[in-house]
Amino acid sequence: MDYSDKVIEHYTNPRNVGVIEDSSGVGKVGNPVCGDIMKIYIKVENNIITDVKFKTFGCGAAIATSSISTELIKGRTLEEALTLKNGDVVEQLDGLPPVKIHCSLLAEEAIHEAIADYYRKEGKLSEEEIIKKCNLKPNGSFCPHNV
Amino acid sequence: MENVYFDNAATTKLDSRVLSKMMPYFESVYGNASAIYRLGRNAHSALEDSRKIVSEILGCNQDEIYFTSGGSESDNTAIRGIAYANKDKGRHIITSKIEHPAVLETCKSLSKEGFEISYVSVDENGFIDLNELQNLIREDTILISIMFANNEIGTIEPVKEIGKLAHEHNIYFHTDAVQAVGSVKIDVNDLNVDSLSLSAHKFNGPKGVGALYVRKGVKFNPLITGGHQEKKKRAGTENVAGIVGLAEALKLAYDELDENNERIIKLRDYYLDEIKKRIPYIKINGDLEKRLPGNTNISFRFIEGEGLLLNLDNKGICASSGSACTSGSLDPSHVLLAIGLSHEVAHGSLRVSIGKYNTKEEVDYLIDCLVEIVNRLRNMSPLYEEFLEGEK
Repeated sequence: MDYSDKVIEHYTNPRNVGVIEDSSGVGKVGNPVCGDIMKIYIKVENNIITDVKFKTFGCGAAIATSSISTELIKGRTLEEALTLKNGDVVEQLDGLPPVKIHCSLLAEEAIHEAIADYYRKEGKLSEEEIIKKCNLKPNGSFCPHNV
Repeated sequence: MENVYFDNAATTKLDSRVLSKMMPYFESVYGNASAIYRLGRNAHSALEDSRKIVSEILGCNQDEIYFTSGGSESDNTAIRGIAYANKDKGRHIITSKIEHPAVLETCKSLSKEGFEISYVSVDENGFIDLNELQNLIREDTILISIMFANNEIGTIEPVKEIGKLAHEHNIYFHTDAVQAVGSVKIDVNDLNVDSLSLSAHKFNGPKGVGALYVRKGVKFNPLITGGHQEKKKRAGTENVAGIVGLAEALKLAYDELDENNERIIKLRDYYLDEIKKRIPYIKINGDLEKRLPGNTNISFRFIEGEGLLLNLDNKGICASSGSACTSGSLDPSHVLLAIGLSHEVAHGSLRVSIGKYNTKEEVDYLIDCLVEIVNRLRNMSPLYEEFLEGEK
């Protein structure tokens, strides 16, 4: 497997591993059948993601995309975080092998789920609005087994 | 440490004594073994001496040994060759669910050419079900192909019983013995084997050379046609240096079999005992008794194999996993699923295969690294977090 130095650096020393006890939102995607599960915790203050932690069960690419995604959304507004695309994550990692691209999708989706969870707890938006704003997938998270 | 090599089931380091034996056949005795002049005749006699060594170790005749490019070619030749040559007798083949892809994919390909394939299941330790095998046998069954020992979990199949069953029904029995040759004593007549594959690089020989034993009288078509080499069963100028290397490696493996196995089994059991003591929530895959000396396969729950391998690689350790991420497909190892593991547990498997060059110091280093890495990956795993919450 040809991983870039950046991917190797991130799975070797992943940033922001852990949980946030008093988190504002939690997003969990993937399933053990696929071999990838990501769980992202966010702390939101004044619409800004002030802290983010993750836990991931998965391959090197899954760990590296989780790690870099948390770096990319920390300190951003919720709207900015929602614009983060898997393509950006892949670019930031100096590329991923083609078979690993689905891992970067998982990171994007986990962030969207965490933000949706925050909005639900906040109680200002209807479920329909949350689904639209966070671009939630109707059938849950992406799994190549389901394609 | 650098290059702590624990992937001896994938391939092995060439024994330097083997390389010394091979060198003259690159440098001075480079003649074509089919040529009439002395340089060719010398190459030819090296070829036949090698065949004699292989036949003596397997307990067969010299003219029952065919040299090939390796295990995959031997398996392809045996299965395709026997299927094509005997298709008038029947078109049914039985194999197992845990074969190497060289066998599985060949059978799959034959199933598109009018052959019918049945796959016998295995129990939780990886042993094929002999009763099921018996029930799968039909009037038109021409071949049973079951591996000698599994490459992932090390389980040694009841080869002799399978051969007996096959012969009672006048069916040919092929065994892919790529993992077993070099570490298990084999007598093809005693084991009722009609055809057997082996590969030199699995027992400290060179890559790119293997052999196929086919019992005299068993009809099979060649896979590679062209020249008259190997009694017209395998065309192509013989890889004399490689074949000399194969024979020498095989000879050394069996001359030193007992002492190597004793040492390797000791290291293996030490590794398993220490891991059991120091890492909770694991499952040792494969049978503990009827097992290849150097094979270990452990599932570490709540973590994924590729992450484990990458972290081991950072420590200079080479091993292998049955996780989907390392198989290049979306599913984890077909062998681990066949013995009943869930996808999740199969994803977290680690195969450590110990060879004759491994030391206790290396095993200790591996254990210490694994304790640290498994712990770190578990602390990163949402599955472990949920498990601990459930335990509370």
